[in-house]
Amino acid sequence: MEANTRNTGRLPAAFLTPGSSSFLDFLSEHSPELLPGKRPLPPVQGAIEAPHGTTIVAATFPGGVVLAGDRRATMGNVIAQRDIEKVFPADEYSAVGIAGTAGLAVEMVKLFQLELEHFEKVEGTTLSLEGKANRLSTMIRSNLGMALQGLAVVPLFAGWDVDREKGRIFSYDVTGGRSEERGFAATGSGSVFARGSLKKLFREDLTESQALTLVVQALYDAADDDSATGGPDMARRIYPVVTVITDEGFRRLTEAEASEVARAIHERRLEEPDGPRAALL
Amino acid sequence: MSTPFYVSPQQAMADRAEYARKGIARGRSLVVLQFTDGIVFVGENPSRALHKFSEIYDRIAFAAAGKYNEYENLRIGGVRYADLRGYTYDREDVTARGLANVYAQTLGTIFSSAGEKPYEVELVVAEVGEAPDGDQIYRLPHDGSIVDEHGSVAVGGNAEQISSFLEQRHRDGMTLAEALKLAVQALSRDSNGGERQLTADQLEVAVLDRTRPQKRKFKRVVGRQLARLLEPGSPSGAEEGDSDTEPDE
Repeated sequence: MEANTRNTGRLPAAFLTPGSSSFLDFLSEHSPELLPGKRPLPPVQGAIEAPHGTTIVAATFPGGVVLAGDRRATMGNVIAQRDIEKVFPADEYSAVGIAGTAGLAVEMVKLFQLELEHFEKVEGTTLSLEGKANRLSTMIRSNLGMALQGLAVVPLFAGWDVDREKGRIFSYDVTGGRSEERGFAATGSGSVFARGSLKKLFREDLTESQALTLVVQALYDAADDDSATGGPDMARRIYPVVTVITDEGFRRLTEAEASEVARAIHERRLEEPDGPRAALL
Repeated sequence: MSTPFYVSPQQAMADRAEYARKGIARGRSLVVLQFTDGIVFVGENPSRALHKFSEIYDRIAFAAAGKYNEYENLRIGGVRYADLRGYTYDREDVTARGLANVYAQTLGTIFSSAGEKPYEVELVVAEVGEAPDGDQIYRLPHDGSIVDEHGSVAVGGNAEQISSFLEQRHRDGMTLAEALKLAVQALSRDSNGGERQLTADQLEVAVLDRTRPQKRKFKRVVGRQLARLLEPGSPSGAEEGDSDTEPDE
């Protein structure tokens, strides 16, 4: 029977095994070599040189959540790519932004998108936002071996919780540890500066457009102090990737919209290079 | 030791085909029709949860008549096949033709292997193109053959009668409402030539809509949108937009 299934071109047994709705589970059974965590790594000395993505920021507002990322990838002190995209829709109501080793991160996002879509198609219903966040946790955990060799991937996950009717943000560490963030979050090399900026500018009652300005301000501040984070590049027309998720689903700002937000901030900063000032007391 | 009776290969295959056909005929029929903006799937199905039509990939959908556990198995196999292929190559490289081929091989092998009972299913795999002439509809009977269909196709119990009814009346460039009404008309005729009344809540309807802005073109037509499309004098065309974004939904 086994020989029979191999030569006729019929679907192999793994395809027809009922039970699992997870694409990852299916892959690890049928073609484990396609999973990043299942590939054996040769022993190496020191860190591997590969492009790294940098800063991702997110903030909630009463009607949803915004997630944005700068466009720079660096390799050591070299700018590896000026226009990399690090924020992706995960499905209709969630998005994921990634910092860390760019190649692995993009692969992980692709797998994560597929995992959610696969579940949706097989089960006929979507995962809960918590369920999605947990799946991402598992995927990061399976990458721990590579993270220890310097190829870490640390995402930020944001989505609209359809049941609770609010935007939520989840942050991760390299071991897959997951924590829900209240209000705002940042990850990547510029996150220290971005978080400082978010902390001073965030308020509970932001409108959508204010929240969009907030995250781009934070990215501007991150780029100001972190060489691995890219600011808006007016000359080349490269602006941050800004996305917003509301009860109407995922939306990415068009280039024109993103440039409008970025240019407005840039104009103000020509007068006040340090950006808006928070009250002292 | 008793000698087994000799059964000629022709007879053995005929028996298996008969067995599969009878199983399929027990199920309700369903129809798949092309309309101007895509492909519509219509079937009688009182259940809201157990679907006969499902999304396989961006532009590809699946319809099945026959035994639930068997076609559900094939459906999940198809989703896994499509997702794996799209992941290994690219989303564009997943085609209905490839999927239909795999299904045909699977059904054919099962049908002719003496150790397995033949599947009592008949499948339709459809892919919506950028324009109507890019649409593809494949019908896959229980024995592993493939039929490339155009315009309309019916599978299940009363398929032959329904197909001939549809063939005479279906034309290119129908609107969704027209195609849907024709489908319901075809499904409500029973084998004795009588007519039954089919209402919106007895129907399962789905479309592959090429005008949908999302990359996934499959969408179920339910509730008020379905009822409105089935109304006798319903305007043709205006209601075909994505109902999710309509304020009155």
